[in-house]
Amino acid sequence: MIERDLVVVGGGPAGMAAAIEAYKCGVKDILLLERDQFLGGILSQCIHTGFGIEYYKEVLTGPEYADRFIKRIREIPDIEISLKSFVVSLTGDKVLTYLKPGVMHTVKAKTLIMATGCREKTREMVHIAGTRPAGIFSAGLAQKLVNIEGLLPGKEVVIVGSGDIGLIMARRFTLEGARVKAVVEIQKESRGLKRNIVQCLEDFDIPLYFKHKILKIYGKDRVEKVDIVEVDNDFNEVPGSKREVTCDTLLVSVGLIPENELIEMAGVEINKKTNSPISEEVNKTSIPGLFVCGNSFKVYDIVDKVTHDSLGAGRLAAEYLGFGEKK
Amino acid sequence: MIKNITCIECPVGCSLKVDIENCRVVKVEGHKCPKGEKYAVSEIESPVRVLASTVLAQGLPVKMIPVKTDAPIPKERMLEAMHEIKKIRVDKPVDVGEVIKDDLLGLGVRLLATRNVRA
Repeated sequence: MIERDLVVVGGGPAGMAAAIEAYKCGVKDILLLERDQFLGGILSQCIHTGFGIEYYKEVLTGPEYADRFIKRIREIPDIEISLKSFVVSLTGDKVLTYLKPGVMHTVKAKTLIMATGCREKTREMVHIAGTRPAGIFSAGLAQKLVNIEGLLPGKEVVIVGSGDIGLIMARRFTLEGARVKAVVEIQKESRGLKRNIVQCLEDFDIPLYFKHKILKIYGKDRVEKVDIVEVDNDFNEVPGSKREVTCDTLLVSVGLIPENELIEMAGVEINKKTNSPISEEVNKTSIPGLFVCGNSFKVYDIVDKVTHDSLGAGRLAAEYLGFGEKK
Repeated sequence: MIKNITCIECPVGCSLKVDIENCRVVKVEGHKCPKGEKYAVSEIESPVRVLASTVLAQGLPVKMIPVKTDAPIPKERMLEAMHEIKKIRVDKPVDVGEVIKDDLLGLGVRLLATRNVRA
């Protein structure tokens, strides 16, 4: 079986930063596996500005931030980048099985960094009653459809939850000619950044309803309308507050969960509530030499912090392999 | 007149208290860095935004190429700018920072590619 000093799973900002830093610390045999056909991870679809203010001290878009790392990693021949490589299994002694179009590969990692990102919570996880028509998208999926595929998934939109991706998509849909009729947030305040409330909603007069929820979704083949209702402090319906909003699309932006099925398969202890690895220290797991960084360790609010912590994962991996101080 | 606004220059989002006289900003409070003061003046006197969107790619390995304006444009002209951006087709490989369109809407602002696209 082929053995590599370091395998990094995930070619987004976390995986790239970890691989580059491990290399700088002396690791020279690195394999980076990325399931997509490009490096960059989720940044490729985050075309808006606001990235890099902490790390680069300038304002970049997501693809520009990713490009800085893509250029750096491409300059290091000792980091082998394997695209279209989808890891399907992982064992406790760090043996990875991955699929590349047509071929299955197995590799043993002396040390492993998992940078697999996170996924979106779904409609099913927030319990909205009603039918199951077409037109219900998680906000990040809608972002991919618009920004990568060039498809506009709807014309009259209601957004559930006021997380940053939902706010960003409210603006994006508006710019693309759709009408965003409401952003509905069950809490008293938004989990999103204040700047996004201003530049994504207020700039376009999109109403944001705090302490409201979607009671029911209507529509047979396609979403036709939703019932919106005000809730009290115990999240119970306020009588008489129900009203309907016609729409053809419902975006769900209700949070993110670290994607950690592979390390769970390997026997790493996982916090069932947060889906993060149980750990006393950032990037570490219950298996020595198996590190997790970026949004798969915990969900971060800005990429600059992902970079900061993922560089740390690279150093930890190098240290585990016996490489000392940074060159 | 006192107006409370939120600075959007960075993720901190400082709450700014802006004192306005005759449509001009005379005093700004609440900013944690100098960008806040500059933002408050611009936001009250002539609000601007950097516009980010996508243009259609043809004959390239991606369908869309992300773009942004190289300087902020007047807020009220964003939708008009989108109209122009939607007409653009790119059929050659581009590098990050390459000019996709010069002088957008006659504003003296350029539209730049924000990712690399190879053939």
